[in-house]
Amino acid sequence: MKKIKLDWLILPLLGIFAVVLLWQLSASTWAKELPSPFKTWVASQAYILEPFAKRGEMDQGILRFTWYSLVLVAKGYAIALLIGTPLGFLLGLSATFTKIFDPIIQILRPVSPLAWLPLGLVLFVGAGKQASEFGALFTIAICAMWPTVLNTAVGVRAIPQDYLNVARVLKLSRSKTLFKVLIPASLPYMFTGFRLSLGIAWLVIVAAEMLTGRPGVGGFLWQEYNALVYEHIILCIITIGLVGFLLDRLMSMAERRFKTA
Amino acid sequence: MAFLEINHVTKSYGANQVLRDINLSIEKGEFVAIVGYSGAGKTTLISLIAGLLRPDTGSLTLNDLEITEPGPDRGVVFQNYSLLPWLTVYENILLAVEQVSPNWSSAKKQQHVEEHIELVNLGPARNKRPSELSGGMRQRVSLARALAMNPQILLLDEPLSALDALTRATLQTEIERIWEQDRKTVVLITNDVDEGILLADRIIPLSAGPGATLGPSIAIDIPRPRDRKALNHEPRYQKIRRQVIDFLLGDGGRKHTVVARKLILPDIEPEDLSAPHSFGGRKRKPIRRGEVKTEPVEVDV
Repeated sequence: MKKIKLDWLILPLLGIFAVVLLWQLSASTWAKELPSPFKTWVASQAYILEPFAKRGEMDQGILRFTWYSLVLVAKGYAIALLIGTPLGFLLGLSATFTKIFDPIIQILRPVSPLAWLPLGLVLFVGAGKQASEFGALFTIAICAMWPTVLNTAVGVRAIPQDYLNVARVLKLSRSKTLFKVLIPASLPYMFTGFRLSLGIAWLVIVAAEMLTGRPGVGGFLWQEYNALVYEHIILCIITIGLVGFLLDRLMSMAERRFKTA
Repeated sequence: MAFLEINHVTKSYGANQVLRDINLSIEKGEFVAIVGYSGAGKTTLISLIAGLLRPDTGSLTLNDLEITEPGPDRGVVFQNYSLLPWLTVYENILLAVEQVSPNWSSAKKQQHVEEHIELVNLGPARNKRPSELSGGMRQRVSLARALAMNPQILLLDEPLSALDALTRATLQTEIERIWEQDRKTVVLITNDVDEGILLADRIIPLSAGPGATLGPSIAIDIPRPRDRKALNHEPRYQKIRRQVIDFLLGDGGRKHTVVARKLILPDIEPEDLSAPHSFGGRKRKPIRRGEVKTEPVEVDV
């Protein structure tokens, strides 16, 4: 009888089972307040089984919350890419530009989104009702930008001199060199940056929502913590993880399409 | 005034002088081969002619116009093919055609590209990317691209160096065949003397670096088409070959001199394996006796 290879399914399930077991053990022994897996399932049923329901502002199906978060991430991520990619190109093309701005970038890069958000709210306090959205977008953009900037710069610097010589011999104009040689040549590096930026953007949105109380996965998580319904915290964590995983997969599929030699 | 004139050109990179007093005149329609060591400055010379570099002293003129920057009138075939890997063969050549003749109709451009693809026998590979091609095929595309630009002079920078010997032979024949059709002016840089004699009208050795300079220009009066196998028995071929190699290995070669050096020779006697191991003891170490000798030794200058 031929053995059907189900390693790819069985082994990850084994891993999940081990984690759930650990969870159950922790809930029954040292972490008395931690809800057990079963309790979590029971309390989350409404949210999971009716993922698109809207019962109240902060009482919606889990996929609706996810959708709100994704919309905000999309906007912030787009801003991050639109600012980050040209910045990366300038850094890669000009050594002087690098010397001027590299220290600033290195200083801004390690700052946590939790530190940027209050600044973002202060900056946009004049926008009234939109302040929290603009603040969140500002935070996502400024935190998610850096991998794109740095990877694009590396990609531009790594372009072989040969391609540039070809562009010179063919007398390509500056814009043609940019669009026909520079961008396609650094696309693989740019996509690595895009992928890392997306991961950071998703991370930041959760923090931003928690601090501003916007409806979304993060907002729901913080609200349920305050309402002492701890099961939903775990539901949110699992959701955040799964969505992040999915986004990364989608990005790496896009990356593969654009991988050129 | 010759078609291509190089007068007293010197080029240094920082403190290293790569080329020293280069003088060369090439007539229109000539095929000139320059042979030399690796690292002697051959690519530097081609880059100067192409306009990718500017000389420190001296001048280069093409058709009485000074060469100041690169352009499609000097078609270059690089050693590393330099095909854009995200474009197909067709698109790579089309890029060159569009730059040189932007005013042509797209049908005319297409026909021009197709002609050149056929010229290098790559019809079936038209829509392939460079990563799907072998080294020899990539070099043909590079050649087709250079020819599609309709250059005044074709510069081949060690085009076949990165290929295996068998593919080299095939492509040498291809280059000769293609050149016969158009009789463009060609400067071929190569490290293979035989390749130079097979393809060129004149062969000029480039001495070894640093401060490389061109040796005597040797005319090759063997009639075309030249058969590689018959060439081996051709006395003129042997004579030219000997002249070039004499220059490269002799005056134009790496400079040697003979100095007398004091050498201290260690006079080692073999270990005595029958003696027992001793950790820390001195029993099994080899015995050395210092000896001083004076020997004449050849060193590179």
